[in-house]
Formats: sequence, structure tokens, C-alpha cells
Amino acid sequence: MLHNLSIGELAARLNSRELSSVELTRHFLSRIDRFGPALNALITVTARQALSDAAAADVRLGRGESGPLLGIPLIHKDIFCTEGVRTSCGSRMLDNFIAPYDATVVARFKAAGAVMLGKANMDEFAMGSSNENSYYGPVKNPWNSNKVPGGSSGGSAAAAAARLAPLTTGTDTGGSIRQPAALTGVTGVKPTYGRVSRYGMIAFASSLDQAGVFARSVADAAPALQAMAGFDSRDSTSVDAPVPDYTAALARPLHGLKIGLLREFFEGLEPRNAALIHDALAVYKELGAETREVSLPHLPSSVPAYYVVAPAECSSNLSRFDGVRFGYRCENPVDLLDLYKRSRGEGFGPEVKRRIMTGTYVLSAGYFDAYYLKAQKVRRLIVDEFRAAFTQVDLLVGPTTPTPAFDLGAKIDDPVTMYLNDIYTIGANLAGLPALSLPCGFIDGLPVGLQLIGPHFSEDRLMCAGHRFQLATDWHTRLPAGYA
Amino acid sequence: MAQWEVVIGLEIHAQLATKSKIFSGSATAYGAPPNSQADLVDLAYPGVLPVLNAEAVRMAVKFGLAVGAKVAERSVFARKNYFYPDLPKGYQISQYELPIVANGKLEIVLDDGAVKTIGITRAHLEEDAGKSLHEVLPNASGIDLNRAGTPLLEIVSEPDMRSAKEAVAYMKKIHTLVRYLEICDGNMQEGSFRCDANVSVRPKGREKFGTRAEIKNLNSFRFVEKAIQYEVARQIELIEGGGSVLQETRLYDSDKHETRSMRSKEEANDYRYFPDPDLLPVEFDRSFIERVRASLPELPDEKAARFAKDFALSPYDAGVLSASRELGAYFEAVVAALSAEHAKLAANWVMGDLSSALNRDALDIGASHVSPRELASLLARIVDATISGKIAKEVFEAMWSERKSADDIIESRGLKQITDSGAMMSVIDAVLAANPKQLADYRSGKDKLFGFFVGQVQKATGGKANPAQLNELLRVKLAGKEPV
Repeated sequence: MLHNLSIGELAARLNSRELSSVELTRHFLSRIDRFGPALNALITVTARQALSDAAAADVRLGRGESGPLLGIPLIHKDIFCTEGVRTSCGSRMLDNFIAPYDATVVARFKAAGAVMLGKANMDEFAMGSSNENSYYGPVKNPWNSNKVPGGSSGGSAAAAAARLAPLTTGTDTGGSIRQPAALTGVTGVKPTYGRVSRYGMIAFASSLDQAGVFARSVADAAPALQAMAGFDSRDSTSVDAPVPDYTAALARPLHGLKIGLLREFFEGLEPRNAALIHDALAVYKELGAETREVSLPHLPSSVPAYYVVAPAECSSNLSRFDGVRFGYRCENPVDLLDLYKRSRGEGFGPEVKRRIMTGTYVLSAGYFDAYYLKAQKVRRLIVDEFRAAFTQVDLLVGPTTPTPAFDLGAKIDDPVTMYLNDIYTIGANLAGLPALSLPCGFIDGLPVGLQLIGPHFSEDRLMCAGHRFQLATDWHTRLPAGYA
Repeated sequence: MAQWEVVIGLEIHAQLATKSKIFSGSATAYGAPPNSQADLVDLAYPGVLPVLNAEAVRMAVKFGLAVGAKVAERSVFARKNYFYPDLPKGYQISQYELPIVANGKLEIVLDDGAVKTIGITRAHLEEDAGKSLHEVLPNASGIDLNRAGTPLLEIVSEPDMRSAKEAVAYMKKIHTLVRYLEICDGNMQEGSFRCDANVSVRPKGREKFGTRAEIKNLNSFRFVEKAIQYEVARQIELIEGGGSVLQETRLYDSDKHETRSMRSKEEANDYRYFPDPDLLPVEFDRSFIERVRASLPELPDEKAARFAKDFALSPYDAGVLSASRELGAYFEAVVAALSAEHAKLAANWVMGDLSSALNRDALDIGASHVSPRELASLLARIVDATISGKIAKEVFEAMWSERKSADDIIESRGLKQITDSGAMMSVIDAVLAANPKQLADYRSGKDKLFGFFVGQVQKATGGKANPAQLNELLRVKLAGKEPV
């Protein structure tokens, strides 16, 4: 079936005209029709536009043009602005917001000829680890509809796992690509901070947000990252550094790779989960890698530091949603204060409000030093510890999450327990490091993720290591029952 | 009042004369239709990001160097958070802890000629807000965001000024400087140059400052003077009446010439400043600073000193003539076409008749009806005694209104001075003959009548008699002697 083919195979068929982009697009649109509603993976389906874009891609293919993504369908997380298409960010606040421009990520995929099928569900403003914070309702995990898919890019992850598109985009502020990738058994790549432009990606926490991609495999993710990556003059924090050929990098040998095991990642890890990680390490050893233990003593402080820095930035970033120029506005405001209070009070959901309040608090006079400044110091220590670790090893390996997918509703009333889901992923965000999550086994029928973290701009090395693992294992080829 | 000392510090906002805004590509021109110069960045649409205008940075560096300040090799943009409809992001991008310019100073000349140094604490870059329009729409307020994002340099002085006059002198000096540097057009009606004044009083001899009030948005030198005078009187009266000054923000009412309370310290916002994660710190090396230094024009104080020295002008004249680059250039062009020897004559004319004519017709010096070369040729006719200074005024007015050369006017109106002794003598004879009583009185000792005879002769010649020559001839004649 088409949805089980790799992007390389699809591109080959498209380029040989054996398959048209319209046929391929119809195939995935019909899967979206069939599985999308039950999973609640998409907020908006842009079928008509998709078919017209696919027809345009076919014209280009017919002219002899080719490209790794020309005519390939994809789904964007609904955090990326898409011109003329609702961009809700999972929030009532933007339920009526038709973006007047394309995010750089969206524009680059368009230029590469990829065909957007729709916009994926997500936790409101990317705040959440279960996709239960969406104004559009929770997303279900394709492996078990009573389980969460993870968040905040839960719709993108579920869509990739259910093969509703060969590629889906996501954003990762504290684990929002890797954690749902792990919980739904797909490959998720979070690049180095600054590798991919944030322009047009609705900001949650500007110093942590980074766009990335979900795919069946690392080999499929490589051309997608290739299309997204690179300097953008409209994002001052994007980095003007050459982008290597990620697909070519997959062929490099792994022999002699030094892999570090993060001691802090294994403390308190559930034994079955730990066993799967150790199995993965055994695979790497067979492939010629060396492993050694590495410690980052301040890593356990990453969660509290993150939950100061991220809310602080979000409290300011979300001030623009005031009911004045776009988005939700309350009915019949009596005065300016009423307009602000009710538009924001009615437009934002509880988790967003919780983080705005936390962020406002930690930035206020008298608390700034004790919270914000201290968190920045912790962040600096974590950055330094990672840097020191990477003088000894090429990559760090550990679990992506402490447990497989949990039940819908299990943690929604306990924010702190929910926040602890990101304990293994947040460090890479605080340090701006690239990281990816790969399927590495199952516990009780639910996928488990292996996380690889590399030094800044080592996506090529990371993806090579991920690809080698996927050549040696078949966890990533498993499909949830009912989605064949 | 004698026992009170006034303490004043100014925060001057100079709008930088860049073509585009500080963080977006929109134009900054004044007076465009509402919201025609506001793009998605200015409107703070979801997902957009600021990109710093390098020209604004260069202008701030110029200012820093011109006031002998420390130009920071690393400065940081911070967010100042508050809600207001004319502030689309809900925060203003400014600089807080690490401004681009710190520790400068400026000299002002007091009424008694003494020179006083005013400290400049800092100058930082920030963006302007938009404008709320309350009288345009029925039952609604409008928002014009054309001004939102306009680059400002906020120049903060030390509390070094001790009177409203000193404050005005300082503000004028900064005004001159920013126009010299061509970093601000100085247009106060359009709000390109405005200030907030921090005013307090304390008993003479006490070191501790009194509680200060901040008077907002003063946009003329006269308003600064009036507002400070009012505020000082108000504070003294309050304290002497047993009350105390509240720390508050006050507004100046230019119709009533009074200040009134806007908000007290208790109502003041907690701005929750923190570094803007969307912008990298501004960093440059010494060579950039040195390149900017090399591009600085001759500064007002340097020019005044040179005028005083090279042209033997009084410090006052040198100061007036160097008050703007254009005026200084005009003056120098007149001197160049005339001669340095007659620089004082040129100075008197530029500061006198030329300035009055410009003021009368509300023209800038660049739009003068009389060019420097033309003025110099008029002055040359005074120097070579073709006309008297008095006739020259008439010629100047004719040059101004008819736009003809000095020589043409002198020629066509027959204004050439009578220097022929014979011709002058015959007029004198006629005058003496017509006034026998006055002649007799003079000769009997009424010396004061000398002026009467001078007046009569000039009346008869239409003022064309060379004054020195007339005096000489008349004196001889009145003494009853024939000229030699």
C-alpha cells in the first residue's frame, strides 16, 4: 500500500510518472476521511487546495522536474501560519484566525513541491504533554484509543503513526515532538535551536521553540529536515550556517561512534522501559559503537528551570492576543478592561492561563531574581554540562519518556505529574541541542521511544545514528492494528 | 523660594531618522493615512518576529560617541510588558539593564556665561507605540499603528539641572546635537523630539533628593520651561503648606499652563522587564565603533570654538552661528565669499537681518531668498563704502523680495552713496542756509544740534551721504572753517 512506502520510494514512483501526486494525495485524503475523525488528529482538512497543489506538482513532474518532496503530501501542525487557511494553534482564541501569510517552514515545503493535506490538532498554544488541552478536543493514540498520543504535537504524531501522511510537522519546546513520537511509535526530529526558522510559527517560548518533523523513519525525515533547515533573515535567532546533505549523511559508517549513557536518565526509570533502552544500546554496540556512562548533575533541575523560563516567555508572547486586532473578541465589551479580561478569559483554556499566571508571577518585581534569573543560571549550568559531556562522547542516549502512553484523563488534573513527562526531553531544549526519538520496542502493546541527543548542529550525525539503528531493527515499521 | 533648590533630570525621546522602522520594514514617514505604514510585524500578528534595523544602531552609536559616552560592545533588548491598545504586542521592545550608550556628558552655557556639565546617564534604543484616536469614530476609539515601531533613542540625563532655564538649555543642546549628527529631524510639532521631566525640590544645602514628579510628553522648549516652573511652584507651595510631594506621573496642560496627576506610584505598572528572546544581543567590535567615530561631523562645540578663534567672534555669536549645521555652513560661505577680516560684519547680518527675514517668512536657512554669495556681495558694498549700513538694510529687503542682486538694486534705485565732497558740500550749504536759527544756536554752544544737521543732510540725500565723510565736512563747516 502507498502509505507503507518510504518517501524515497514514493518520490521514485512520482518521478517515473508511475504514480501521480493527485493519486497519492487522494490516497492519503481518503485515509484522513476514514481515520481522522476518530483520532481527532486534524483540526482542518484542506482537501480541495491539496488536490489543486497536487495537480500543480504533477505539472512540474511532467515537465521533468524532480525533487525529494515534489508531490509528497504532508500535514502541518496548526501552529504554523498558512496563508488563507485557519491557523488556530489549538485555541478558541484563534478559532477564527485565517493567517494572512505563510510561515517560513510552510513556504519552504511549498517551494519544494510538498502538498499540504491539512492542519494537525495540538495542545493549545503548544502547552501540554497529552494533547488534552486542545480547544478541539483530545487526540487519541492510534495504538490504543484510551491512551493519549502525547503532546503538544499530538495530532501530528498520531497522524504520522496512523499513516495519514508520509510527513507531519511539529514543534518542540520541551519535548513536544519527541515525547509524542515516542508515545505513538514514530520517528521525531527536533533540530538545533536556530536550525529552522521560527518565522510564522506561533510563539510559545521563543528561546526554546524549534520546528521539526515526524516521519515513519529517519530516512524519511532527512529530506523533510533538508527542506526546512537554513537561515532566514526574518528570524534573528536562526543561524546562518551551511546545511549539510542529511540524506547523504545517512550512509556514513557508525563504527567508533562514542555513545554516552546519561546516568540521570536511568534513575527511577521503570525496569521494562530501561531494559528496552539497554537492548537498543546492545544494537549500537553490535554496530561498532562504544558506550560509556556520562553524568549531568544539574539535569534533574531542568524541569523546574523550564517551568520558570517557558511560562515567563509565554506570558509575554501571548499578550498580543487581546481581542483588539485579530482572534477571539468577547461580545459587547463595556470598556477596554472588560474587553481584555473577557476576550482573554474566554479565549484561553485553563493550562494556557495557568502558564500565563506562572510566567507573570516569576517576572514580577521582587520575584524576578529568585525565579527567572535563578532559572537562567540553572540553564547556563545545564548548557555547560552538556558541552563538557560532548567533549567525551559523540551522542547521548536515553529514554524519551519515563513511561509509555498513559490513559486519557489520568494526569489532566495534576499539572506537576503531567510536567514530569518531559523530564528527559527538556534538557535538550534548555541547551538548544538537536535530538530525536526512535521507536525501540513495546510495553503492553504501547510503543517506547529511544532518545538520541547530539551537540549543536549535529543533525547529520544524529540522523545517521538513527538510520543505522532502523536498518538493524524493525520497530519503526510496525503499524497499529486497524491502520494497515 | 530662596531656601529651595530645584533638581531636574530629563528623559529625551529623539525619533531616529531611519527610513524604515526599528524592527520591521515599514516606512516611518510622518502624516500617512492611518495604518498605511503598519505591516504584520507592526500589527503583532501571530508568528511574526522582529529584525533589528542596523541603521538605528549606527545612529545610537553616533550619539554615544558625540557625548563622550561609553558605547557598549554588547547591549541587550528587553521587553517592557503592559497592555494598551496602541501597543500591539502587549510589550514594548526597549533596553533595560544593558543600554547601548552609558556615561556621557554635555556642556551647557548658563546666563552668566558660566559653563556647566550635565551628565548623561544612558541612552537606549526602543520602539515607539502607536496612537489611539478618540475623536474620529462615533462610539469607538481608533488605533493608528503608523508610529508603532518607529525607532527612538531615549536619552536619560543625570538630575544635574537646577532650574527650568538649565533644563531648556540642555534640551536645546541635545536638539542641536541630534540634528548635527543627522540622526533626528528634531521636528517637535510632529513629536520627533520630546521629553519627560523629573522634577523635585529640596531645602538648599540638603543632599538627599526630594520626592520627584515626572511630567510626561513635553514637546516644545517653552512647554518644558513653563511646566517645570509650574511644577516647582506647586511642590514648594505644597511642602510649605505642610503637605508632601507624591511620587507620581503628571501631565502638562499647555492651555492652562499647569500640571495634573496622571497616575501615582501605587498605580504604576510592574513592567516585568526581561531580555527579549526573539533578538540576539547587539554586539560589535571596536573597529565598527571607530568607523562610526570617523564618520562624525564637526560637532557644535567644536564648530563654535573654531568660529570664535578663526573669526574673532564672541562666544555668544559663535554659539548662535553654530546652532545648526546649515546656519554654520551659510555663515562660513558668506565669510568665504567676503573675507575673514569682515567675519564680524557677516555674523551680524546672518544673525540680524537674515534671521529676521527667515523668521518672518518661516523659512529654513536652506530656503533663504538670499544666497550666501549674494549676501556677501551686499556686504562688500558696505565694506567698499558704496552704500551705508542703513541703506544696505533697504537693499537687503529688496534683494529678499525681488530676488535681484545687490548691485542691480543699488544701481536701479540710485542708492550709491554720495562720497563726492563737492556734491555733499553743496547739500550742506543748502541745509545751513535753510536753518539759520539752528546754526546760530549751534555756534553759540548748543553742540547737540550737530545731529539735527546730520539728519537734515541725510534727509535731503535720501540717506546716501557717506556718514563718516558727512560728519567730517559738517564739523568743519559748522566751525566756520572751509575744508582744506
